[in-house]
Amino acid sequence: MTAAALSIEGLHKSFGQLEVLRGIDLEVAEHEVIALIGASGSGKSTLLRCINLIEPIDAGRILIEGEEITAKGVNVDRIRRRVGIVFQSFNLFPHMRVIDNVTLGPRKALRQPGRQADEAAMVLLERFGLAEKAQDYPDRLSGGQQQRVAIVRALAMQPDLLLLDEVTSALDPELVAEVLNVVRELAAGGMTMLIATHEMAFARDIASRVCFLDAGRILEQGPPAQIFAEPREARTRQFLNRIIEAGRLQV
Amino acid sequence: MTARPFRPARGPRVGPVAEGRRSLLIATVSTIVVFGGIVIVVTNAPGWPAFQQAFLNGPIFWDSLPKVVGKFWTNVRLFLIAEVLILVFGLVLAVLRSLPGPVFFPVRLLATLYVDLFRALPGVLVIFMLGLGIPALRLQGVPTDEFFWAVVVLTLLYSAYVSEVYRAGIESVHPSQEAAARSLGLSRWQGLRYVVLPQAIRRVIPPLLNDFIGLQKDTVLVSFIGVVEIFRETQILQAAKFNFTPYLATALVFLVVTIPLARFTDYLLAREKNRRVSGVRVAAPSMQRGGQAAP
Repeated sequence: MTAAALSIEGLHKSFGQLEVLRGIDLEVAEHEVIALIGASGSGKSTLLRCINLIEPIDAGRILIEGEEITAKGVNVDRIRRRVGIVFQSFNLFPHMRVIDNVTLGPRKALRQPGRQADEAAMVLLERFGLAEKAQDYPDRLSGGQQQRVAIVRALAMQPDLLLLDEVTSALDPELVAEVLNVVRELAAGGMTMLIATHEMAFARDIASRVCFLDAGRILEQGPPAQIFAEPREARTRQFLNRIIEAGRLQV
Repeated sequence: MTARPFRPARGPRVGPVAEGRRSLLIATVSTIVVFGGIVIVVTNAPGWPAFQQAFLNGPIFWDSLPKVVGKFWTNVRLFLIAEVLILVFGLVLAVLRSLPGPVFFPVRLLATLYVDLFRALPGVLVIFMLGLGIPALRLQGVPTDEFFWAVVVLTLLYSAYVSEVYRAGIESVHPSQEAAARSLGLSRWQGLRYVVLPQAIRRVIPPLLNDFIGLQKDTVLVSFIGVVEIFRETQILQAAKFNFTPYLATALVFLVVTIPLARFTDYLLAREKNRRVSGVRVAAPSMQRGGQAAP
């Protein structure tokens, strides 16, 4: 039996007095796309940041392909090279051209030669319709373009697992589609992904499984058809009703 | 109905051009009145002839100018060498103070103590104590050359100030930038080197130049430990001729060097401000160039 792409066991995380994650258990197979939904503050972002080792965890274990990444003495940088993360606020490097944003990781963390990194980056930028922006600085790009560059930057590391943290929340509505299309393409290509999102229609289309987080726990999970059409938990129903009332999900 | 062309309400004469001419006229007249007034008051002072003789002596001025300029090269050399060392040492101090985590506490503590100490003490005091004290120890292999100690002392003093400028720059870079660098698998040092410091240093160039204007002037302080530079030379000339005009010559030398640097700093600051304002505009949703939808 091959190990799961990602498995999380009894994960706890507190910020001071505030317990944000209260025992998360999750198993993700290769090529699975997991949508994490739930109200703001339910722990979606924190979970992703823990998986990327940005936040140290208080209890539990996280394993990637059977290797415990939260064990003592693990080389954090080596793990992060295998786990890409894209942030809500893009976080591109403003002093670098698009191409240099994309190649920084491969050149410095993977020690690829500059030409090889450039060529690989151009292939990726081409694929996502950003080739002509390669020599521009991020502030010349629209929000949607910036976020696509941020996704390409994460992909350039050829990660085993990609974490998307509300990647469309900071975008104007008309720019959301171009970013979601990129994510769709990645899902179709078999990328294993964990996606924290408020875009319920998107989650329904793309996810192989939806996890509803509530107060730091995965309250309910299942295929999108089940979660969105006939949620078992009252809290899930309540949450989805609020989303439907806000006009963010057609039923 | 055709739209009527826009007419200024105040009539054709008060356009922006006429307005500009009027301000220029007012500025000219008020400048002449103020400065003319000062000249009249000063030249009619009872001590004016004596003052003219002691401070504004033409022949002595022309005699001392080339001499002080000649010694000014010592200040320039001091300044240039110290500046490079300060830029490096100040950055090292700032980086040491920014190291996170409990392991680096002693390093942070030492760097903080250093910065506090050298900012707390008057510069002249440090120059006397180190510049005269250490050579007096006659330690084996330690140079006793005044110029060497002048460079050391200026470097020690100014690095403390400059490290604080750097540190402000480092802290002005949002933590999400470091998080983004680390999430790519870059080490802490790589994140600092390629992501944080380039942004930080760009932001602090104007305040750094400001400190260097101070350093340019403070090179005269090392005259106290025996370096014969422009100020010491001026004192020698003043004593020899029993006339203060050499000070005027020296003052002019500093003005010629320092004012352009000050103007340049202001220019950079203004440019930085403009860039930020326009940067905000680019980032604002209404000005974004709509991205084409991906296929």
